[in-house]
Amino acid sequence: MAAYETIAFDAARCTGCGDCMSACAQEKTGGFDHAASRIQILPAANDGFELALCRQCGDPGCVSVCPAAALEKDAASGVVRWDETKCIDCLLCTVGCVYAGIAYDERTGRVAKCDLCGGDPACVKACGEGALRHVKSAQIYNRYGELEDLFVPGLAGCQGCNTELLIRHVLRAVGPETVVAAPPGCIPGMGTVGYNGKTGTKVPVFHPLLTNTASMLAGVRRTYKRKGRDVTALALAGDGGTADVGFQSLSGAAERGEEILYVCVDNEGYMNTGMQRSGCTPYGAWTSTTPVGERSHGKTQEAKNLPLLMVMHRCAYVATASTAFMEDLYDKLARAIEASKRGFAYLHIYSPCTSGWRFPSQANIEVARKAVETGFVVLWDYTPDAGLRFTRPIDDLRAVDEYLEAVGKYRHLDAAQVAHIQAQLEKDLGLLKELAVRGAQAEARALA
Amino acid sequence: MLETRYLLVGSSHAALEALAAIRMHDAEGSVLLATRDTAPPYSPTVLPYVVSGKSDPNRVRLRSDDFCEAQKVTLRSGSALASLDTAAQMARFADGTEVRYERLLLATGATPAIPKIAGLTRVQYHVLRTLDDAVRLREALGRARRAVVLGGGLVGMHAAENLVHARTETTIIEMQPQVLPGYFDAQAASLISGAFAERGTRVLCGQSVVSVAPRESGFALKLLGGERVEGDLLLIAAGVRPTIGYLSGAGVATGDGVLVDRRMRTSASNVWAAGDVAQAESFLQGGRRVNGILPNAVEQGRIAGMDMAGDPGARDYRGGVPINTYHFFGRQALSVGVDSLEGCETHVQVDEAAGRYRKIVLKDGRLAGIFSIDLPFDAGVMVELVLRGTDLAPVKQAFLENPRDTARALMSRLWR
Ligand SMILES: Cc1cc2nc3c(=O)[nH]c(=O)nc-3n(C[C@H](O)[C@H](O)[C@H](O)COP(=O)(O)OP(=O)(O)OC[C@H]3O[C@@H](n4cnc5c(N)ncnc54)[C@H](O)[C@@H]3O)c2cc1C
Repeated sequence: MAAYETIAFDAARCTGCGDCMSACAQEKTGGFDHAASRIQILPAANDGFELALCRQCGDPGCVSVCPAAALEKDAASGVVRWDETKCIDCLLCTVGCVYAGIAYDERTGRVAKCDLCGGDPACVKACGEGALRHVKSAQIYNRYGELEDLFVPGLAGCQGCNTELLIRHVLRAVGPETVVAAPPGCIPGMGTVGYNGKTGTKVPVFHPLLTNTASMLAGVRRTYKRKGRDVTALALAGDGGTADVGFQSLSGAAERGEEILYVCVDNEGYMNTGMQRSGCTPYGAWTSTTPVGERSHGKTQEAKNLPLLMVMHRCAYVATASTAFMEDLYDKLARAIEASKRGFAYLHIYSPCTSGWRFPSQANIEVARKAVETGFVVLWDYTPDAGLRFTRPIDDLRAVDEYLEAVGKYRHLDAAQVAHIQAQLEKDLGLLKELAVRGAQAEARALA
Repeated sequence: MLETRYLLVGSSHAALEALAAIRMHDAEGSVLLATRDTAPPYSPTVLPYVVSGKSDPNRVRLRSDDFCEAQKVTLRSGSALASLDTAAQMARFADGTEVRYERLLLATGATPAIPKIAGLTRVQYHVLRTLDDAVRLREALGRARRAVVLGGGLVGMHAAENLVHARTETTIIEMQPQVLPGYFDAQAASLISGAFAERGTRVLCGQSVVSVAPRESGFALKLLGGERVEGDLLLIAAGVRPTIGYLSGAGVATGDGVLVDRRMRTSASNVWAAGDVAQAESFLQGGRRVNGILPNAVEQGRIAGMDMAGDPGARDYRGGVPINTYHFFGRQALSVGVDSLEGCETHVQVDEAAGRYRKIVLKDGRLAGIFSIDLPFDAGVMVELVLRGTDLAPVKQAFLENPRDTARALMSRLWR
């Protein structure tokens, strides 16, 4: 079954300006009467705005109750289509919908609903506040859904863990001509390297020591290359194995320009061994080795900025990514795969940990999204030619509290600690901005 | 003798929805869909539009040709269930076929109720429940000059409007003191019957027919009050009865319809019932009632299907709510819930001149009913507010002034 595009609404960003309704009315009727708009923005009871819009449901209630077969879910586009020649105006569809997504239009005497404007919704284009987004990540799922899943079924991550999803998709994208190195950590812990003499992947996989992932992969890649085979050398490693224990071999391989695709899944600690701190654990975070009590209030040092360290190795490609921004992630994955044929490609993916960070298992993507929206995590990429560029705007960041409040490991923070974190984020951002400016200048020079 | 894992009897909303639900959970289990009708699946609700000519009888099918193959279901049409042996899990059809089932769904809907009127067997009359009925009525419509519609319920009113459009002189006879009883109060109903009267239709409420006799070209009715009404087309739309004749002696408990629990299970094991045939929990009125409306048939069909397939996602039926979306002469009449409950407060707003009307019924600060004419709201959103028992106290004033937008905003927040 295909996945579909959708329109997402962020109530916190909506100012109620009505531009989306004008745009919809204009597109559908040629006028500007908001009553004719298929998207309805409504003032909320206390404050802010709410939305009535067709969800293009997977199992649409309006279709089930239509007696005239005038509504149908289009299997290709996902749009719930209304056939005006079959419709008998009985309004039963408005009974079947609990979102007011299909509603009676007094001017025409018929029902009206959103049809996503054939894939280019006018309302989204008109929204200057970022409250409406046209989410196209479905394309990714459709494309990747057709590729073979190179992991076996039944990996055993914790409830709500996004790492399994992540590594399955990465390996699909990388393809079968691959050797995977999965050093100790959650990724082998969930069964990727296998049990009882059977591997968890359909491609060769090995379980290096924490210390030698990059050097072993360097040898694997070189050996195949010498034999004339283009095999991707892929590391799927955690932040501990990358930033701390494995750093020496990583740094060496990057400096030598080994042709490796190194994916670091950063869950900010040694999660599978009992949630100990790592070099990537942020300031203030609770871990089992930075406990919270009378005297200790979480980690007292800053996290090291590993992706920036990799920039300083002048890798062929370095990028940060988040599972909440899949289009961005997939774009970077494609670039990283390409770069790994020429040199060292490093992808740093922030991966919230439901068990170790202490938040409800259904909130993983939301936590990941908030991290980016508050600037706690910044999405950028780097190549030696173009330098560093932001792949998501950083001008309109939300207060970091919004992120910290969503994660249990920060629950104990006092105001001073939060202020400390905010100040440090600003410093880090300043540095990134400077690098981005230099990158832009370098690119301008290269073009000139 | 045939054998099947699932036997679904009926091919309308309840049965089709149950089939979809079964296939969500059990992709392979054998399904036999047996129905009395010979036409491909269609909805009785569409029939007034087949009569009026708005809907082409060939374009009303609810499923495409390849659906049997796609859903892996065997369809037997023209096959009426005649009797049931629930102990042996055996269904017997009118043509003598016997089917052994593991799980059975009764979704045989309802049949027009024919009132006891002296002389009725000696005259020709119409009903409207099947596609054949509709095609017959459409033909008769062309010839008729004076029509009488017995019953001012939904079916009768729809048919009467078609007759008006066909310029047939029409009389509606309703036993209750108003049309559309059960869905609209007297005030709203009089706005609706007013629209008919304006167009020359006679609406006789609080009247019943005692006898009928054939005339040279038609018939003459005698009313209880003594009045005589003549016509050449008689439509009986005096309500419906659940189709349960095949259950006599089957040991399945019935009241007005087949009695079911919140999972649509009947008193017999491995037998479910859903839709117009079922008598299920009522949300507002308490007890079990037949709530013969399409959205209920779908909802109950889904629950039955999920339960039959053993889907762990199955939920209990929350209970039936009366709902009606009725349009007449281009105007809208909407009704959700009940228009009075003990201890309720009622807010009515009428604009006689413009023919607009709205009534909101609240009980303990929660929505129990909302009714309107030409003041549209989203029925599905209101039903959800009723079923959730959402406390409207914080937005009461706004809700009374603009129920549509207030409910939309409320629902949007509740869903987030
Ligand atoms: C003219 C008209 C207008 C209507 N308008 C509305 C409306 O506006 N809004 C609304 O909500 N509802 C309306 N309804 C009611 C609505 O159509 C029903 O609630 C709905 O169709 C019920 O679905 P069901 O599947 O339970 O039964 P039905 O639709 O009645 O289907 C019953 C099925 O069982 C089959 N069957 C019957 N007996 C047997 C047997 N012995 N053996 C095998 N098969 C059998 C029939 O062939 C049919 O396929 C209207 C009904 C009519 C007649």
